[in-house]
Amino acid sequence: MDTFFWTYIWPALIIVGHSLLTLVCLLVFIAFILLADRKVWANVQLRRGPNVVGPFGLFQSFADLIKFVLKEPIIPAGANKVVFLLAPLVSVTLALATWAVVPVADGWAVANINVGILYIFAISSLEVYGVIMAGWASNSKYPFLGALRSAAQMVSYEVSIGIVIVTVLLCVGSLNLQDIVYAQKTGLGTMIGLPNTFLDWHWLSLFPMFVIFFISGLAETNRPPFDLPEAESELVAGYMVEYSSAPYMMLMLSEYAAIMLICALTTILFLGGWLPPFDFWLINWVPGIVWFLLKVILVFFGFAMAKAIVPRYRYDQLMRLGWKVFLPLSLGMLVIVAFVLKLTGWAG
Amino acid sequence: MGLHAIFFYLFAFVAVASAVMVVSARNPVHSVLFLILVFFNSAGLFLLTGAEFLAMLLLVVYIGAVAVLFLFVVMMLDIDFAEFRQGVLQYAPIGALIGLVVAAELILVVGGSVLSPQAAKSIAMPIPPVAERQNTAALGDVLYTHYVYFFEVAGLILLVAMIGAIVLTLRHRQNIKRQNIARQVARTPETGVEIVKVKSGQGL
Repeated sequence: MDTFFWTYIWPALIIVGHSLLTLVCLLVFIAFILLADRKVWANVQLRRGPNVVGPFGLFQSFADLIKFVLKEPIIPAGANKVVFLLAPLVSVTLALATWAVVPVADGWAVANINVGILYIFAISSLEVYGVIMAGWASNSKYPFLGALRSAAQMVSYEVSIGIVIVTVLLCVGSLNLQDIVYAQKTGLGTMIGLPNTFLDWHWLSLFPMFVIFFISGLAETNRPPFDLPEAESELVAGYMVEYSSAPYMMLMLSEYAAIMLICALTTILFLGGWLPPFDFWLINWVPGIVWFLLKVILVFFGFAMAKAIVPRYRYDQLMRLGWKVFLPLSLGMLVIVAFVLKLTGWAG
Repeated sequence: MGLHAIFFYLFAFVAVASAVMVVSARNPVHSVLFLILVFFNSAGLFLLTGAEFLAMLLLVVYIGAVAVLFLFVVMMLDIDFAEFRQGVLQYAPIGALIGLVVAAELILVVGGSVLSPQAAKSIAMPIPPVAERQNTAALGDVLYTHYVYFFEVAGLILLVAMIGAIVLTLRHRQNIKRQNIARQVARTPETGVEIVKVKSGQGL
């Protein structure tokens, strides 16, 4: 009995504890990120944004949470009940499941698996099902149109995201997320004789891919200016029209969890993960998770500013950008990077 | 090993049960959703055997891309289900025949190791532990060295199929307005605006 406890129950308890800790931190972080999103948006438009609940409106998201949970969920009479309720569950589960492999600091990940980046790519490519199921099960026009748009959009931009990831992997030589960060300890900066700085990270050496990844990330997570699946001016709110209270909150939560994941992925792939920006004793003393969070917030600030200042794309423009601009560009860069790595022998 | 067995039976049971539901569900969209569940559980089974790269590939390719298009098409189709159901019995013998053939092949594969243990041994390559040799590297080494020509030919065939599909469905529509972004950006006040003196009472 004792060995049974130590071989099975104890490791399981540790994994559950890790997962719960990650989950709680992530959810609290998302609550404040949601507020930050609204605040940035408001400030760009010279408004105040949420400022009533708590100091500076800091507890607005928690007030929203209570409101969503206490309201009555309404299920349309013509809806396919099971799929209708399954859709938000699927979205939120998948969006949170991807965080299991994200290393927030050196060795700080629930699971450090060899195919980490593929796992993230696979699970986030499943997120489109939440949207399609929600749109179809609502049994109404606007959600269905939103779901169709979203399916095409997410599948299209996954292609360029995949190719960008492959390019980064060529430079790293491993699918492990921690190895990707370790590989950025040396780079362009150290090559010209500088000490370890932020110039070593991939954003500089793969700058075009960085830009493509950022914009594709906006499209992949249905963020403005590519928020066509829920374009409120034409489709009311797209696939979310028929949802209310807790199911709506879950769709919203999964959307923001996916956004945070893209921010974290940008940080890991291009901004050096938890690595400090300069090799200096005071800066090295700051724990890695602080750098990671700062970088994630920086990328998210870019997302929020894009939402505030860029007008929404038309659907044909979105498709043109994905297939006619990003796909050839990223494919060309992939070939160039592969040749450079081969000819210079940097690939190792 | 106990946990391993529990997860194997869990994945296997859900996979088989949802495979049954794929053919027996009344609503085709439900069928596709169950098909996705089958793929997902097969990916879990791959993981249990240590083939982590294949498991992720199954998720990315089959669930992330193929099944999405499947679902897309099934949702858009306007199928008359009553008519659809009528022909089921007519096709039952063919279905049973195919089922028999597949069952016989499965029995042969599984039974092969029992009938002649030597033959099974010669086919199976020794699998190094995951910690020593990663799936991804092992597959890459084989695909890009020994089988590089076959691999490239497979890629070319897929490319031809893709181009063929595009050629078959491409229509050049006349009389529609297309946006030429380069021309829009290149517009200046000189080329965009024409200033005309209009005489009063006459117009242009």
